[in-house]
Amino acid sequence: MTKPLKQIHLAAHFPGVNNTTVWSDPRAGSHIEFSSFVHLAQTAERAKFDFFFLAEGLRLREQGGQIYDLDVVGRPDTFTVLAALAAVTDRLGLAGTINSTFNEPFEVARQFASLDHLSAGRAAWNVVTSWDAFTGENFRRGGFLPQEQRYERAQTFLRTAWELFDSWRGDEIVADKDTGVFLRDPHAGAFAHHDAHFDIAGRFPVPRSPQGRPVILQAGDSDEGREFAASSADAIFSRHGTLAAGQAFYTDVKGRLARYGRSPEQLLVLPAATFVLGDTDAEAQERADVVRRQQVSGQTAIKFLEQLWNADLSAYDPDGPLPSFDPRPGENTIARGRASVRMYRDPVATAREWRALAEAKNLSIRELIIEVTGRQNFIGSPATVAATINEFVQSDASDGFVLVPHVTPGGLDEFADRVVPLLQERGVFRTEYTGSTLREHLGIDRVTA
Amino acid sequence: MTQRTGPHLAVALDGAGWHPAAWREPDARPAELFTARYWTDLVREAEAGTLDFVTIEDTLALQTDTIPGPSTVEPGGPAGPTDRVQGRLDAVLVASRVAPVTSHIGLVPTAVVTHTEPFHLSKAIATLDYVSTGRAGVRVRISTQHAEFRHFGRRELGEFRLADSAEPDTPSVLADLFDEAADYVEVLRRLWDSWEDDAEIRDVATGRFIDRDKLHYIDFTGRWFSVKGPSITPRPPQGQPPVTALAHAAIPYRLAARAADVVYVTPHHRDQVGAILAEVRAEQATAGRADQPLHVFGELVVFLDTSAQAATAGRARLDDRAGAEYTSDAAVFTGTPGELADLLLDWHAAGLSGFRLRPGRLPHDLAAITRGLVPELRARGAFRTGYEANTLRGLLGLTRPANRYAA
Repeated sequence: MTKPLKQIHLAAHFPGVNNTTVWSDPRAGSHIEFSSFVHLAQTAERAKFDFFFLAEGLRLREQGGQIYDLDVVGRPDTFTVLAALAAVTDRLGLAGTINSTFNEPFEVARQFASLDHLSAGRAAWNVVTSWDAFTGENFRRGGFLPQEQRYERAQTFLRTAWELFDSWRGDEIVADKDTGVFLRDPHAGAFAHHDAHFDIAGRFPVPRSPQGRPVILQAGDSDEGREFAASSADAIFSRHGTLAAGQAFYTDVKGRLARYGRSPEQLLVLPAATFVLGDTDAEAQERADVVRRQQVSGQTAIKFLEQLWNADLSAYDPDGPLPSFDPRPGENTIARGRASVRMYRDPVATAREWRALAEAKNLSIRELIIEVTGRQNFIGSPATVAATINEFVQSDASDGFVLVPHVTPGGLDEFADRVVPLLQERGVFRTEYTGSTLREHLGIDRVTA
Repeated sequence: MTQRTGPHLAVALDGAGWHPAAWREPDARPAELFTARYWTDLVREAEAGTLDFVTIEDTLALQTDTIPGPSTVEPGGPAGPTDRVQGRLDAVLVASRVAPVTSHIGLVPTAVVTHTEPFHLSKAIATLDYVSTGRAGVRVRISTQHAEFRHFGRRELGEFRLADSAEPDTPSVLADLFDEAADYVEVLRRLWDSWEDDAEIRDVATGRFIDRDKLHYIDFTGRWFSVKGPSITPRPPQGQPPVTALAHAAIPYRLAARAADVVYVTPHHRDQVGAILAEVRAEQATAGRADQPLHVFGELVVFLDTSAQAATAGRARLDDRAGAEYTSDAAVFTGTPGELADLLLDWHAAGLSGFRLRPGRLPHDLAAITRGLVPELRARGAFRTGYEANTLRGLLGLTRPANRYAA
C-alpha cells in the first residue's frame, strides 16, 4: 500500500527588510504603498495559497552607529495593513508578526479578535519575542526583558491572550429586538489573570471571533523555540535548505507534540523558501546568479563582513581579498536590530572557514559573501521546482513552504502562473478553496472555549 | 474647487447608534455589528452624502453608561447590562478594513492614548493613511474608567474627578492624563515627520536604498515616556494626518489647542458658542499656535424624521424601551433635517466651522443626514455637491505641512 499524497500548504511572504529583497531591479515597486500589498495578496489568493505573511521589525537596523541604508527600509503597521487586505481578498489567510515584548496581551488579543471578525476568520499571529534595549528605546515599556525570559514571556503572553479570546464562548449575543435582550450572559468576557508578568482582570470587549482564536505561528529554530511551537503553535517556520536537514527538523518537532497531548498533524512545518524560475534549469541558474549579485552589492558584502568581524571594514575593497586579521572578540556592537549577527556563534572559526574557502576558490569579498549567505532554495524550470517542492513535502521534510519572492510586488506572479498549475496537476495542491477560514485551509480545528 | 460657504460635516459612528435602545429599531442590524459589511455599508452611506469624515468610537473596555467620568463597576464583579449593545471592534482596524472600499471620505478612528504605545499608534495611523491614500485621521482620548486600567495592570487611575477638567491651574489626575496625551500626540507627530518625503532614493551607484540623512531620531523625553525613533513607517501621504479630540472644558481645550487640528465641542445653546470659541482660541494663543488652523466642530446627537412629530415620537419610543430619558454630554437635537440645517447654519454663523453629528440610531439617522440634511444644506448653497479633494486634509482646507525636520 502506498502512502497517500500529502496536500501542500503554501504561503506568500511579503518581501522583507533585508538583502533578500532586490530593490535595484527595474521591476521593483514600492514597499510601502498599499497597491504593492494588494498585488501580492491577490496573486497569492488567485493561486489558492493558504496565507499571506508579514514580518515586523520595530526599530530601523543600524550598523556602525548609523541607520542601515543598503536594504529596503520601511514597513507598514502589521494589523492595519492586514485589516485593509481583508477588504481586497476573500479567502486568503492574513498572518502578521506581532511582538510579545512591546505589547500587552489585552491590546493584542483585542486587535487579533477584531482582525478575525473583519476578515471573517482569516487571522494568524506569528508570535515573536524580543529583549533588546535597542528596540525598547522606541517604547514606553523600554527594553526590560532579560534574554532568558523571552520564551517564558511569550508563553505566558500567549496563554493570557487565549484566556481573553476564550472569555466569550460565542453564543452570548442574542440581539432579540422584541424581548430587548442583547446579551444572554451579563458576565460575558470576564477574565482574570495573575502571574509574574501580567496582573489583569476585567471583561474583554470583543465577542468570540469566527476562528475562536487566530492561527498561531512560530518561527524559531532553537530548542526553546521548537518546544514553544510544539506546545502552542499551529505552524512553525524554519529554514533548512537540504532535504536531510528538513527531514531531521520535521521529525524532531513532530516528535515533541505527544508530550503536550497533541498529534503530529496539529503542527505544520512550513519552512521559508526563496525561488528563481526559468524556462530551463540552466536559464534559472543564470537568473539566480544575477539575483545573487543584485542581493549582494559590493557595499552589502562589506557590511556582511563587518557583522562577522565586528569591526569597521569600510576601507576594504569588495573585489579584493578578506581581512587577514581575526574578528574582534566580545559582544557584537557593530550591527543592531537584526538577527543575522547571532548566527555566527563562533566568529573566529567562521572567519577562518571563510578565508580558507576564499583562498581555495580564489574568491573576492563579494564573491565569498555571495557564496556563503542565503542562496535560493528552489532554482529551476517550473517542472523542476514543482517536483522539488513536492518531494520535500511527500518525504516529510516539510508540510509546505512560505515562499519569499525577491521582488515587490510581482515576484510571485510567475510562480502562481507556472508552478502552481503543475502542483495542482499532481493532485497535491488545491484548485479551489474548500473552506473560508484559515483554520479550514490548514486543516486545523476551530478552537472552542 | 467648490466654493466653501457652509459647515464641514462629520458623523460619529458607534454600534447601532448613540441611543441605548437604537439596536431594537426595525432597520437596525445588531447581529451584524461585528462584521465588515455593516461598517462598510455605513461608511459608504456617509460617503454617498459627501460628508467630510466619519469617526469610529472606541474604548478599551465594554460600553458603560457613563459619559466621560469614572466607572464604579468592578471588573469581573457585578453583572453588566444585557439590554444594550456590548462589545466592539478595534476602531483603527475597522477604519482600515473600510478604506479600500471607499474613495473620498475621511476615516477617523478613536484611539486611547493612556495605555497604548505612541510608536504603535503612529505607524498604525500612517498605515491607515497609506491604505486610504491620504484619508486618515485620528481622534485621541484618555482612559477615564478604572476598568481600562485593570485590563493593562500597569498603573492605577487614581483620584479621577471629572470636575477637575475645568481647573487647568490645579494639579490633578485628570490634568496629568491630558498632559500625557499632549506628549503622546507630540510623539505621533514627530514620528510622522521622522522620514523626509524624499528619503527613499534607490541609488544603485552607491547601493543605498535610503538617504539616512533624511531619517531623523525624534529623541522625545517626557514625564511619562521617551521614544527614540525614527518610525519604521515612512512619512504618510498627508504628511500629518489630522488629529482630533473631544473637549468639554478647560483642560481638554488645552490639549486640543496644543495638539489637534479639529476639536469637537459641546455647546448646548447657540449663546454658548462664543464663549467656548474664545476659550479655545485663548488656549491656542497660550500654546503658541494662534496662527495654526484649528477647526472647532459642534457636537450634536440627532434624532431625525420627516416631521417634527415623528422625530419626537421616535425618540420617545426609544426612551420608553430604554426605560429612561436619553441624556448626553452633547446637545440633543430632535426634529426634521430642515430644522437641523437651520440650527447648523445658525451655529456655523456663530463661529463653529463644522459639526460632528452622532446619529441616535443607525442606519436611520445616518440616512436622514445624507439624504435629508445634506440636500437641505446643498439647496441653500451651504454644502459640497461633490468631493473637491482626495485627502482628508484637503477636505478640511488644511495644506500638506512642511516636515519639521527638513532642512
